[in-house]
Amino acid sequence: MSTLRILVPVKRVIDYAVKPRVNKAQTAVEIAGVKHSMNPFDELSVEESVRLREKHTQKTVEDILAISIGPPKAADTLRTAMAMGCDRSIHVEVPEKDEMLEPLQVAKILKEVVDKEGSNLVILGKQSIDDDSSQTGQMLAGLLGWGQACGASEVALDGEYLKVTKEVDGGTETVKGKLPMVVTTDLRLNEPRYASLPNIMKAKKKKLEKKKLEDFQVRAENRLKNLKVTEPPPRQGGGKVEDVDGLISKLKELGAL
Amino acid sequence: MQPLSRATLRTLVRSNAACRSSRTASGRLLSGRTSHLNTPVPRTFSTRPARCYAASKEVKFTADNYPNVQRDPKFSKLTREDVDHFKSILSSQSSIIDAQDDASGLDGFNTDWVRKYRGQSQLVLKPKSAEEVSQILKYCNDRNLAVVPQGGNTGLVGGSVPVFDEIVISLSAMNSIRSFDEVSGVLVCDAGVILESADSYLRERNHIFPLDLGAKGSCHVGGNVATNAGGLRLLRYGSLHGTVLGVEAVLPDGTILHDLQTLRKNNTGFDLKQIFIGSEGTVGIITGISILCPRRSNAVNTAYFGLNSFDHVKRAFTKAKTDLGEILSAFELMDGLTQDLFHKTTGKPYPLSDRYPFHVLIETSGSNGEHDSAKLEAFLEEVMGEEIVADGTVAQDETQAQTLWRWREGLPEACAHWGGTYKYDVSIPLNDFYTLIEDCRKLFDEAGLVGGTEDDSKPVIGVVGWGHMGDSNLHLNVPVRWYDKKVENLLEPWVYEWIEKRKGSISAEHGLGFAKRDFVQYSRDATALEIMRRVKNTFDPKGIMNPYKYIPAN
Repeated sequence: MSTLRILVPVKRVIDYAVKPRVNKAQTAVEIAGVKHSMNPFDELSVEESVRLREKHTQKTVEDILAISIGPPKAADTLRTAMAMGCDRSIHVEVPEKDEMLEPLQVAKILKEVVDKEGSNLVILGKQSIDDDSSQTGQMLAGLLGWGQACGASEVALDGEYLKVTKEVDGGTETVKGKLPMVVTTDLRLNEPRYASLPNIMKAKKKKLEKKKLEDFQVRAENRLKNLKVTEPPPRQGGGKVEDVDGLISKLKELGAL
Repeated sequence: MQPLSRATLRTLVRSNAACRSSRTASGRLLSGRTSHLNTPVPRTFSTRPARCYAASKEVKFTADNYPNVQRDPKFSKLTREDVDHFKSILSSQSSIIDAQDDASGLDGFNTDWVRKYRGQSQLVLKPKSAEEVSQILKYCNDRNLAVVPQGGNTGLVGGSVPVFDEIVISLSAMNSIRSFDEVSGVLVCDAGVILESADSYLRERNHIFPLDLGAKGSCHVGGNVATNAGGLRLLRYGSLHGTVLGVEAVLPDGTILHDLQTLRKNNTGFDLKQIFIGSEGTVGIITGISILCPRRSNAVNTAYFGLNSFDHVKRAFTKAKTDLGEILSAFELMDGLTQDLFHKTTGKPYPLSDRYPFHVLIETSGSNGEHDSAKLEAFLEEVMGEEIVADGTVAQDETQAQTLWRWREGLPEACAHWGGTYKYDVSIPLNDFYTLIEDCRKLFDEAGLVGGTEDDSKPVIGVVGWGHMGDSNLHLNVPVRWYDKKVENLLEPWVYEWIEKRKGSISAEHGLGFAKRDFVQYSRDATALEIMRRVKNTFDPKGIMNPYKYIPAN
């Protein structure tokens, strides 16, 4: 049985229950004063890491490290991850106003962290619900030269190996890979726990290491430029008719009859 | 950002995102909000079945169910001439539903949402203006025709449907927003505006309606004012007696009271609107309201606790008021058994790892997220440190907040799961708040009627309680497998007498209507009732407004 050092990247995004609005200039989505929370897929990664430890032992899962690359408030997201059971965290602080980093930059930073921290398993959401890129996990596996299992609905540790069940069209596919590995999570993997009050309190005392982009060897300039963001066309409202005759003439008018 | 995938995700995650719709900004407003106000339970004073629930069963006529209530012979019977006259008054043909043309169209207006009461009205009128209401009422008053004003017909005490053949005056065709002042927050609108429409209109303007309840998708703001509805925002924004600034109302003789004040302060004579607030359509018909609406809070936090005794709950409540002060927007109590029933009927995992005899749900809303979080954190540290709460959790995102609210709002359905519920909506001074449940439990244990969730031979599942602790408003519920006279006889008038001894109220927020008319003396003395009758006589000397309800005639 090998010892696991898990890295769990988490992202602070607009709460999935909130309807995002495009800003007036149509360059981005309005984020000021909008409720943010942890990317739901990342909650699954945190939960799965903690469950791996609960299922095996503290010795098997030696370290669960959460990392977030984002604005100052991403620290709240890390506290949540630690309240759910992560041991410590790293916050790579990016100024609020900057454009969102692209997946490749994120993957490069994560690679540096993996190398430095000696992680041998990275569990991350298959996508974040803000830019929906769905690339970071795959790029990271590529940069590291590790195996990857994407869209996990079940994860089992088996000695040096990880058995991952993935949902595919019309059924499931189970793959087995040797550690170290990258796993990305899908919605049916687990149901994330509530952070209990005592754990929320304890999380405040856990270590949160602050870093800056300059501490890493990535260039902060994006390869793509956002030209325009638009909302889907609004739904056309219905109309009322007085009676059946009105309905029929309306349908004729619309060419439906 | 791609809204499309966000929507997809929303659907996918729906399984663990019980939709506590009205708290979200998105458009899913009708989907999930259920509070004690729209519950699937027949029988009882305080619940309303989802329409699909009992729709198959024909509701018996109130007149047959309550043979002791007789039609008052002083009222005239509707004639064809009357109908023709109403046709001449009303501007649109679709404003009249007449039994001769469309008998089935009357069903929805004759049957109440609890599906317990059913009248036999032959005519529904839907006036489009206060003037039309005035002409209708004047005619009815002259002809001695009894009327029932009706809003969204979501009441829980049979107040909004006819008992016999009263004419239904529905306000549904008066549904425009008249004005809104973004600086003062004063909204003026017709009585027939649906609460949710008013709230959505206000939300776009960064305000909220100071009232929120389960039936929001159907109920009318005029009906809310006429019944002085309570609901979830009362703790924070107070009752409608404070937030309503003015009303436009039509008296039975056709007089229109134009009193749509938009001023908070106005000490010029009797505050007439107060007579109409909570009058349940017995003194006149409200056709328009002006109401003060607060700014919408952009920071909302939800926490859920487990506590070991009711004494701890009281201490937590005091602490919450002290530490959270102005941002406290809900303090809801649920006893342990309610949570077990919810768990059993939904299969959802408990939010906390251990079981506790009491649970509390707290919500804060304020204008500054960081400020609120700091306050909440200090509060949490203290209640944990002083061991007032045994365990708890704080929602880390909106989905968790919605799910936690389900453990409070899903209770009516959970209780109805086995067949039905005897329900009482009462106000009790906080010191004795939970004693009602304990005493009631003793009563049932001694009678040997309780079978829990396992023993199918006994009618009663258990005695449970939850409520708006912040408003001293308790919902006593006795979920049962079948309605049983033995259970009913044990409860009534025992509950009312118990409440009377503690100077509580037998109807906290659901009103009197038809269901509680004969029990009002448990909460109000003879003098008060006599003065109420005088008020009623002054406004409605012929007694045509919503008869057979509210307070006993003598």
